[in-house]
Formats: sequence, C-alpha cells, structure tokens
Amino acid sequence: MKTIEAFFEEIGRFFEMLWGVLVWTPRRPWDWRQLLYQMVRVGVNSLPVILLTAMFTGMVMALQTTATLMRFGAERYVGSLVSLSLVRELAAVLGGLIIAGRSGSAMGAELGSMRVTEQIDALEVMATNPIHYLVVPRVWATVVMLPLLVVVSDAIGIWGGYLVAVLLMGTNPVAYLETTFQYTEVSDVTSGLIKAAFFGLFLAVIGCQQGFYTSGGAQGVGRSTTRAVVIASIVILISDFFLTKILF
Amino acid sequence: MGAAESARPGEVKIRLRDLHKAFGPNAVLSGVDLDMAAGTSTVIIGGSGTGKSVLLKHVIGLLRPDRGSVEVDGVTVEELAGEALTRFRRKFGMAFQEGALFDSMTVAENVAFPLTRIGSRSRAEIAARVRECLGLVKLEGVEGKMPSELSGGMRRRVGFARAIAHEPEILLFDEPTTGLDPVTKETIDELIIDLKNSLASTLVTISHDMGSVFRIADRVAMLYGGKIIAHETPADLRASRDPRVFEFLRRDLEMWGAARSG
Repeated sequence: MKTIEAFFEEIGRFFEMLWGVLVWTPRRPWDWRQLLYQMVRVGVNSLPVILLTAMFTGMVMALQTTATLMRFGAERYVGSLVSLSLVRELAAVLGGLIIAGRSGSAMGAELGSMRVTEQIDALEVMATNPIHYLVVPRVWATVVMLPLLVVVSDAIGIWGGYLVAVLLMGTNPVAYLETTFQYTEVSDVTSGLIKAAFFGLFLAVIGCQQGFYTSGGAQGVGRSTTRAVVIASIVILISDFFLTKILF
Repeated sequence: MGAAESARPGEVKIRLRDLHKAFGPNAVLSGVDLDMAAGTSTVIIGGSGTGKSVLLKHVIGLLRPDRGSVEVDGVTVEELAGEALTRFRRKFGMAFQEGALFDSMTVAENVAFPLTRIGSRSRAEIAARVRECLGLVKLEGVEGKMPSELSGGMRRRVGFARAIAHEPEILLFDEPTTGLDPVTKETIDELIIDLKNSLASTLVTISHDMGSVFRIADRVAMLYGGKIIAHETPADLRASRDPRVFEFLRRDLEMWGAARSG
C-alpha cells in the first residue's frame, strides 16, 4: 500500500515539475547565461563519453552483423543494418542512458544539496522562483543538447561500423556506404532525434524533481542522486517502446 | 496587493493567529498567537526542536499552516501565490542558520543577488552596496572568494550581509550568532541593534543565546509545546514566575556559569 502511494506521489510530482517548467519558461528574466552554461555542461562536456560509446556500438554492431549476414551472402547490407539500428534506436537510447547517468545524477545531487542546505529556500526568499531559476535552464539545455549529441553519435557510429566491416571483416567499402545511404531515410533520423528530445526532457525533469524534493541531509542527497539515475533509466527504456510505436 | 500599505511604527506588522502545523504525526505548532509591531525587535526563544524555525518560515510563506493564519501588513500570506507571493517577499530579508549561500557564486555575487533580483540599482550602485554590507559585518577583501573557501562563521556573516543588502522592511534572522566567536557575536548584535534603532525595519530573530537576547530584544516570545507561553519585555521575562520560563533561563545561566568557571 505504501509503495503504491509513493509510486503515485512520484508520478504526481513529475507532472507538477513538468507543468512548472512549462509555466515558468516564457517568464522573464530569461537567463541566457545560465542556459548556455547548462548546455555546455550537458552537451559539450559529455561529448567524449558519447563519442566513445557510439563508436564502439557501431563497431560491435558491424562485427556481429557481418558474421551473420556472411552466412547468407548478404554482407553488402551491413552498412544499412548498422546505420538503421543506430539512427532509429541505439544512439538515442544509449545516449539517453549515459546522459541520465552523467547529467541527471548531477541535477539530483546539486538541487538536492541546495535543498538540504536551505539554498532553495534562500532563492524563494529573495523573490526568485527556484523552478524558474534552477530547473528551466537545465531542462531546456538537455532537451536541446541530447538530440545534437545523437546526431554526432549517428555519424561516428556509422564510421566505426565502416572501419570494422571494411578493414577487419574485408567487406566491400562501396557496398557499405551505398546501402547505408540507400536504406536510411531522413524520417529514420528524425524519429531518433525526436525520441532523444523526449528522453532529454524526461531525464532532466526527473533529475531536478528528485533533487528538489530531497530531505534528510547528506544521506538524502545520495538517495536522490541514485533515484534520479534509476528512475530516468527505467522511464527512458519504457517510453522508448511507446515512442517507437507512435513514431512507427 | 497594491492596496496594502506598510504598517507605521508601533502598529502591528506581523500577526499570527491560531497557527497549527504538523509534519506527519508530529505536531510542531499547535495554536500560536503572536503580534509583532512595526519597527520593533522580537526575539523568539525556546528549546531545540520546538519549532522556532518552522514559525519563521510561516511568516515568509515558505511553509503553509495546516490551520490558522499569518498576516503581514494586513495581507494573509497563505492566500498569496505565484507572482503576488514573489512580490510580497521583496519586503523580507532572511538570514539562514548555516548561511545558505549559493555555492556556485562568489561572495560578492551572493550579496548582490537580492539587489539584482529586487529593485533597480545600477551595476556600480550594487557593487558599492555589496562592499558596504560586507564592511558592516567586518568582512573586507573576500568579495571574489567562493563560499567553500570561507569558514563557517564567515559564511554566516555573508548570509547576514545578503539579508540586509536590499534594505528590507522585515528582517528574519535564524540563529544569527549561534556558534560564532564572542567578538563576531558582538558585531552581529550591534548590527541588529543599529537596525532596530533606525526604526525602519521590523526584526524577528531566533536565538539560543540569552546574552544577545537581552541586548537586542524589545520583546521576547517563548515558544513551548507548540504555543507562545510568554511575550514580554526582556526585563519582565527575567522576573517571570512561570516555571517553564524560569527553568529555561536558569539552565542558560547555569551553562554560562559552567562556561566561565570551566
């Protein structure tokens, strides 16, 4: 009974936070500096780990699919398989999970420690809405940056797959690129980007929400940080199914 | 809110009526009645965990009462929301127990924060006011430091400077001197006395330190069992026959005695 109650409370808080973000976004003053700062933190600083993940994902995809497709003599399709899987699915989901672990956790920890040290109260006292000041820039920074990271991931992953398929497995380089561009539609790319934007929204709102409602000192901050990552990861995986269903 | 005017000195500025607040099963406030006059200094005393901070947070609308009401300048605080609440809070300055400085900002940015959010001072005026406020709490040359580079006592003083920076009508101090060295304590006490004498501000202070209570208070209110059991001048409080007040003051005197002999 307690768990069910807590579950619905959590969902309620999520939508409350989301609503708060939507309501406060158009209000002035717009804090461009803070938005830019958060975009650098979420986007630019995550670039190395995102690139590494994408590259190795593309490489291992090529390794697996080339071996399989060779059995049917269909190895010229490796390129399209790697790129479709990456563009439609893997880049967005893996990117979302990594940013949840990197930035979502940071949001939970930062806002959590601001809560327990009364900094959030102090903001309110100084006529500053903490959702406007803290949450809005973090959420939009993530919504904008995650799709951009996914674009880069797509390219790097395809390139990694090419390296393995051509150099390691000895397939035809022209066929790899040909099938890649022949079978990957623009709509495949955009569907991945739309998903990424949603994942960014979910993970940032969840991270901020966990931090915002922290109680219980240092231990509470730790709990919020863990929950920010765990809940965001689960939500990304579950919503991925439904978003894919909706976006075809 | 435009119709509401600020109370003149002597009139009731803050009025608490039958204030109730519970956290889960723990009733913290159970019927607090307290009037605080404009331009006076009220100190709230009481043992740890009796809900003094909770009381203070109701005045500024950080917490909402389960029952009862808080009125400031005739405006009922719990009826305010959104923009109106934000505007209402411009009247206030609050210093938190541990300072609550924003640790992503320098000391100067912290003190400037209320000035940049409230009012329309130019950059140069803000910088001058920041220096002035830091000077008042005897902190010079720390403008560029981050809060993490300061000692606990210095952080508290910066928090104090930040609270008074925009010259608010009402100042709330949550244990401003607890844990400070005697010299700094005196500095803060004198600042509070100066603020009080200027008559422009209404002060509400939470304190454990009876030495400073008697120095800075016009009226002392004692919170006990979720209610205000005494609200008197410091002199009357000292002469109080109420055993609960007597006990509280006696304990404190004993602590002082122990500290002096030890």
